[in-house]
Amino acid sequence: MFTQIYVLRFPKETSDQPYIYQLVKEYDIEFNILKADILLQREGVMILELKGSSKHNVNAGLEYLKGLGVQVERLAARIHRDDEKCFQCGACTGVCPVGALYIKRPSMEVLFDPQKCTGCSLCVTVCPVRAMAVSLAEEWVVPEELIV
Amino acid sequence: MTKQKISKTYEEINARIKAGEAVVVTAEEMVGIVREKGAEQAAREVDVVTTGTFAPMCSSGMFFNFGQMVPTIKASRVWVNKVPAYAGLAAVDAYIGATEPCEDDPLNKIYPGEFRYGGGHVIEDLLRGKKVLLEAKAYGTDCYAGRKMKKEVCLDDLSFALLCNPRNGYQNYNCAVNLSDRAVYTYMGMLKPHCRNANYCSAGELSPLLNDPLYKTIGIGTRIFLGGGIGYVTWHGTQHNPAVPRTPGGVPRKAAGTLMVQGDLKQMSPDWLRGVSILGYGNSLAVGLGIPIPILNAEMATFTGVSDKDIYTQIVDYGHDYTNGIVRSYGEVSYAQLKSGSIIVNGKEVQTAPLSSVVKAREIACMLKEWIASGRFLLNHPAETLPDGSE
Repeated sequence: MFTQIYVLRFPKETSDQPYIYQLVKEYDIEFNILKADILLQREGVMILELKGSSKHNVNAGLEYLKGLGVQVERLAARIHRDDEKCFQCGACTGVCPVGALYIKRPSMEVLFDPQKCTGCSLCVTVCPVRAMAVSLAEEWVVPEELIV
Repeated sequence: MTKQKISKTYEEINARIKAGEAVVVTAEEMVGIVREKGAEQAAREVDVVTTGTFAPMCSSGMFFNFGQMVPTIKASRVWVNKVPAYAGLAAVDAYIGATEPCEDDPLNKIYPGEFRYGGGHVIEDLLRGKKVLLEAKAYGTDCYAGRKMKKEVCLDDLSFALLCNPRNGYQNYNCAVNLSDRAVYTYMGMLKPHCRNANYCSAGELSPLLNDPLYKTIGIGTRIFLGGGIGYVTWHGTQHNPAVPRTPGGVPRKAAGTLMVQGDLKQMSPDWLRGVSILGYGNSLAVGLGIPIPILNAEMATFTGVSDKDIYTQIVDYGHDYTNGIVRSYGEVSYAQLKSGSIIVNGKEVQTAPLSSVVKAREIACMLKEWIASGRFLLNHPAETLPDGSE
């Protein structure tokens, strides 16, 4: 089994098409919608967890989407912890809903697993030194033609 | 025939430190030593136990002198990077508190407020060598005719900068939950409604005053690790309250003693003093504090051998009780339970999260251990011990 969370950005011509249905039907990929929105300029953004029998199987589905002009990026690439700033208090572990921020016991180190992160951003403002950054903001608000 | 009980003096321990022969261990290491060898033997073998804690400590700040100009000024209002400082001292003396937000901060008008910059951040910026904007206003006198001052200064430009924290190192602290039906944003972090998380803030078995629960060695004049440099305990802290319920071992079961500490800011480090922003609450300063405890006898070995499972605190509701001044506990939990990741409150399992960094606390205890073991840091006999509640 292969599971990964992706940010998908649909051009406005495609945001009304049932591509996710094709992922299921033609590529046998399970999906879990973590976030979905259609922006002002009608382009769509989704954060999806995709699960397939193998990495190859999920990649085939993603290649299909890319062929249609959908931008695909792993969500983990968009989440960052500044390890210089983080002083390992653990406040974030109380709000992270998926255990991506967690404590290793008994050393009580605060660890971050970007693969598990769903991009909810709750940790960003709860962190007392703002060590967490989720850089999704641009895609969510800026019209496609303004992104250079 | 019984062996004579061990008894050491500060002078003997310092002589061993100077000779490079002192045996120094951290409070975490001491737990196992006392468990295995017993207190008497541990006291024979160990000379000093080092403690540490690193967490937001609100009652912190800096006294500073920012130098005169021509015409001279008696500043009555002072700002550093737009953060107001208290100027009701002498002409160019002021105190900036860690919890003071930047003057144009939206505070909680946009709820919950982010409090991105405050007094704690000013202190951190100075330690990072950054220039800060100093502004002062005055009403003008015959001897101090200046009315306004505006200049950029860095830490080196200040003739005097003293970290002076009226309350640090709380001996134990509440475990916070929220029993109300809405999320609350507190100095104990974000607490979800209906008791769905519990936050706590103590270094537990590494925490200074939990290793000297009856204030036998920590007192006025105790030399300490403060903010990466050397500081001193200068008084008991505000809200110091030794008269609380205690375990048979003397460990307080709720928040009890506190320390007032100070030290020269110029020899401190931004690694150990960090400005913090607490969502919906405000600004503060995370302070690194470490205190060495001389093992004068078996009693001190027993105290410093305390482990997380022997230290208890109370579960307090911050949704309703705390702000209404209601003193009520929803149960007692040990730090071993809190550090395990979940506790039981009202029969329900609740996830816990720390606000105090054990990783940094351990690092401080290890640094202090190294300072002492290498002969660079001697122990001070306190001029007075802290009030212990007895008349």
